[in-house]
Amino acid sequence: MAASETQVPTSTQKPVGAQAQSEARRAAPHTTEAASKNRLAASLRDAALAAFLAGVLGFFFIGLRTDLAPGGLDIRARWGAWLTSIAIVFIGRLALNVFVFKAAHPVGEGVGAKIAGVGKAAPKLGKWLTRALFIFALALPFFFTTFFPGRDRQFIDLAILIMTYIMLGWGLNIVVGLAGLLDLGYVAFYAVGAYSFALLAQHFEIGFWAALPLAGLLAAFWGIILGFPVLRLRGDYLAIVTLAFGEIIRIVLLNWYSFTGGPNGISGIPKPTFFGLELGRGDDGFAAFFGIEYDPIQRFIYLYYIIFALALLTNLVTLRLRKLPIGRAWEALREDEIACRSLGINTRNTKLTAFAIGAMFGGFAGSFFATRQGFISPESFTFIESAMILAIVVLGGLGSQLGIVIASIVMIGGIEMLRNLGFLTQIFGPGFDPVQYRMLIFGLAMVLIMVWKPRGLVTTREPTAALREKKRIGADMVAQGEGH
Amino acid sequence: MEYFIQQLINGLTLGSIYGLIAIGYTMVYGIIGMINFAHGDIFMIGAFISLAVFLILTSVLGFAFLPVVLLIVIIVAMLFTSAWGWTVERVAYRPLRGSFRLAPLITAIGMSIVLQNFVQVTQGARVKPLPPQIRGGVTLIEGSTEAGTIVVQLSYMQIIIIVTTVVLMAAFTLLISRTSLGRAQRACEQDRKMAALLGVDVDRTISLTFVMGAALAAVAGFMFLLLYGVIDFYIGFVAGVKAFTAAVLGGIGSLPGAMLGGLLIGLIEVFWSGYFSVEYKDVAAFSILAIVLIFLPSGLLGRPEVEKV
Amino acid sequence: MSTIAEIDASAGAATRRWEHDPILSVEHLTMRFGGLVAINDLSFNVGRGDITALIGPNGAGKTTVFNCVTGFYKPTEGRIVMRHGLGRQDELVRQVTDSGLRWKKEGGQGIFLLERMPDHEISAKAGVARTFQNIRLFGGMTVLENLLVAQHNRLVVASGYSFGGILGLPSYRRAERTAIDRAVYWLEHTNLIDRADDPAADLPYGAQRRLEIARAMCTEPELLCLDEPAAGLNPRESAELNELLKFIRDNGTSVLLIEHDMGVVMEISDHIVVLDYGVKIADGDPTAVRTDPKVIAAYLGVEEEKEIDVPEVLEDVVEQVGELPSSLAPQPQAAPEKPADKRQRSGATKGGKS
Repeated sequence: MAASETQVPTSTQKPVGAQAQSEARRAAPHTTEAASKNRLAASLRDAALAAFLAGVLGFFFIGLRTDLAPGGLDIRARWGAWLTSIAIVFIGRLALNVFVFKAAHPVGEGVGAKIAGVGKAAPKLGKWLTRALFIFALALPFFFTTFFPGRDRQFIDLAILIMTYIMLGWGLNIVVGLAGLLDLGYVAFYAVGAYSFALLAQHFEIGFWAALPLAGLLAAFWGIILGFPVLRLRGDYLAIVTLAFGEIIRIVLLNWYSFTGGPNGISGIPKPTFFGLELGRGDDGFAAFFGIEYDPIQRFIYLYYIIFALALLTNLVTLRLRKLPIGRAWEALREDEIACRSLGINTRNTKLTAFAIGAMFGGFAGSFFATRQGFISPESFTFIESAMILAIVVLGGLGSQLGIVIASIVMIGGIEMLRNLGFLTQIFGPGFDPVQYRMLIFGLAMVLIMVWKPRGLVTTREPTAALREKKRIGADMVAQGEGH
Repeated sequence: MEYFIQQLINGLTLGSIYGLIAIGYTMVYGIIGMINFAHGDIFMIGAFISLAVFLILTSVLGFAFLPVVLLIVIIVAMLFTSAWGWTVERVAYRPLRGSFRLAPLITAIGMSIVLQNFVQVTQGARVKPLPPQIRGGVTLIEGSTEAGTIVVQLSYMQIIIIVTTVVLMAAFTLLISRTSLGRAQRACEQDRKMAALLGVDVDRTISLTFVMGAALAAVAGFMFLLLYGVIDFYIGFVAGVKAFTAAVLGGIGSLPGAMLGGLLIGLIEVFWSGYFSVEYKDVAAFSILAIVLIFLPSGLLGRPEVEKV
Repeated sequence: MSTIAEIDASAGAATRRWEHDPILSVEHLTMRFGGLVAINDLSFNVGRGDITALIGPNGAGKTTVFNCVTGFYKPTEGRIVMRHGLGRQDELVRQVTDSGLRWKKEGGQGIFLLERMPDHEISAKAGVARTFQNIRLFGGMTVLENLLVAQHNRLVVASGYSFGGILGLPSYRRAERTAIDRAVYWLEHTNLIDRADDPAADLPYGAQRRLEIARAMCTEPELLCLDEPAAGLNPRESAELNELLKFIRDNGTSVLLIEHDMGVVMEISDHIVVLDYGVKIADGDPTAVRTDPKVIAAYLGVEEEKEIDVPEVLEDVVEQVGELPSSLAPQPQAAPEKPADKRQRSGATKGGKS
């Protein structure tokens, strides 16, 4: 089982570029006029089929719409929209066929070759990209206050959001990317962290900085409690049980009114202080103390640096742990659990540490979320959050710290950019709200990126020790965990 | 006692619905070893299509004879939902066949998000209520206690749901055990490569598995609509997890197991709501999922997995 | 037991270390998978400092014995005793067995009841390392990393259970350097030093087999269990393997191996145990086993033949002839334990073995 399953990918997976090229080569001898006519005919046929399918699928959803009306449901037709959707699919599919799938020289050809070239230069590129991103992240608030003074708040807020997902991705990466344990309930620890801080602040008036380590410890503790019974499960089963645990925690938070406030959540969560100084307008505030003019943006900048520091901490600890025996044991566990046991590694404890440490960082991020929002409710901790974090980890490339950064920026940043597409209402009419398509587009992007690059964006693994030189290891050799 | 019997009937009805969805999970897991995360949303799609067809037949075309309406709705919903099932497999899973295990799981989650939000965008986020269509029933027990009269009723709707499920299950079992398609499917479950070498069209078989699963989910969606009278774009998630629990409880890969698991989950949910608390009924289902996986990972009727060293 | 007596009589005065100084004793081991009895009341000893071979036709239950010894299966019945320190230590064994403990260490001596211990403790505490019939390397990690993972337990302590390591304490760095030195030592002895920084999955088959042995040796075991180490090796690699195993034995690690290649078995073994259908049919030094009529019958299937395994018969014949005609060279890779697997699995399907 193990051998066949892990070896299949290496033989069947070809880079997109190479595949496209080989297809092109196959087609090359027939570049006569007849052949191109055939190709066009085939493309048309294929596009027509796709359009037909789109019509069938869309009939009851785009073509018809049920709405509440006085006296029951009302159904009305939207043939215009339906026909438009069919036409879009037909044209899109035809264009894809003509220019990519069935073309003599697919458009993707050059791109594929370029991507392969980038892959070869990856270690250097990765290093420079990391440095550039780090410097940009460090200077980010001042970059935006200087160049976008009108919209700096919005951009810094977005940066905080992206940074939170980067931190969550890095935390989950320990569990999924390194230890190979598929966790679909990561949001539970995020929730534990957020509620821990909120409740501690509410009942004991503990500030953010004092509560932060406690929240992390509580989340780690829950990681161990939840992890203990389930960690001998494998792969998909582990995923579904962690999902169930995540939902259980959410439902409990939702229904335990006396403790958590139920669906109303907890509000009035204190903001973090700067060594005891509030970032407010008052006389004992940060601005007054340092004798600078008060500006609400200061609080955003401060929050940004807090999450930046927390994310950096996550990253540094992860990088360190990778080079320690425990980190190597995680990766070994991902590669082959049975071999680990034969070498005297206590696999249960090893998995628990991964779970607990991942949960701890989730808890830190949760506390930060609570203090940033000032208000939390169970609604923020649904399965979709877990799915998004997992998607970021997998799309970035399992185990790759840089990949997670890129995936977070692309997925979270990309979606938030939809809010700025207000001009589209001029094309589609005033009823058009691009924001309502965010999750639809997010889901589509997940599917498309996975189909395009099943192993994620950054796919090489750096060894943790070397005798002479560090050679990066290609993804086709690295196991994804639980594959046996 | 009367209350108990009434809950038993309600539980069996709900369990039938879960069982029908669970078959889709169990078949797909059996044949390609993945959790088809989007299957719960296929069920939701089925419910929406059923609603639309039902409305067209009754309020637009003015059909009044209910049995014919029900039959047409079921058939149309099965056909159109199957197309969705087929497309999901073709777009999100087939390109990744033979790739590493996490990729199809991620596309499955992605597909689930896509389906939910597609329906939300095209049909709106608000719930769609449908007034009860089938009224009345058979009174089984009528007794009076000091608290008042207690009636145990088996409604016509419950009869329809249970009978439909039994008929579909029987037809389906025959399909799997007697036809060449069923044989091809079982062969692919055992060893996909060998089946391909022996001339089984693996792609087609897997596609048909998704189509069949979707068709059954469509029926489940319609019955859900009739039973609860309210649907929205989000019903697929929770129902999907519960149905998956049912499939695991019965032993994943086993068709009778899926049905049995569905009935058990339905009963547990109804009894939990009836005797303990309605708010935590989902917690009960999720806890059972965890407990079964931890202590009985091969389920009630499944084959135990031996760790190969 | 009568078998042993017979062999004893026929073999005369051999060294018989396994009688008076066994490192491992398998006593009345029975393993049932549902209704199927894979091993039936099996007893044998592994001598300290010996290379002991466990042989037998396909499906005889050899790998099952291995899995019981290394804790991957829990035996249905029987006792498996691992001893550190010289002698049979009968008194201590009895003490530990009665006390309900899993293991006990006293001074230089130690008794480990392997049937009571979980698999990772068997490696970590009892000092039993193993390799696998289908190689199990950490394919995406480099050769060096594979060997460092093998030294996990020692390194974890040195890293202060990761806390010291995160802070970058020098004690951990020293320990890691020692670990790399040990890895280099075994890489040199397995001729893999030039591939140290390559991913393990990149190595050719023979090198992967050697790496698996090197990795097992990095746990510094008392007993090394090898499941068909010569399978799939060419004659030259096979000869190198013989030298490696002798080197390991001479450096104080006892070896227990399952092997089909009779050339390897007869050349390097000090002691051979022959299984057939889960029962021991012969036990003794190579000369005694080679001439045992029961062994010949089992391999050639003289009487009621149930399973004639052509490659093995071939090997046996080749062994007798004394050379390997290249056209007939057996390919053990093609015939690894298939019937055994089937029997185990079907048995397990009926029953309830996890």
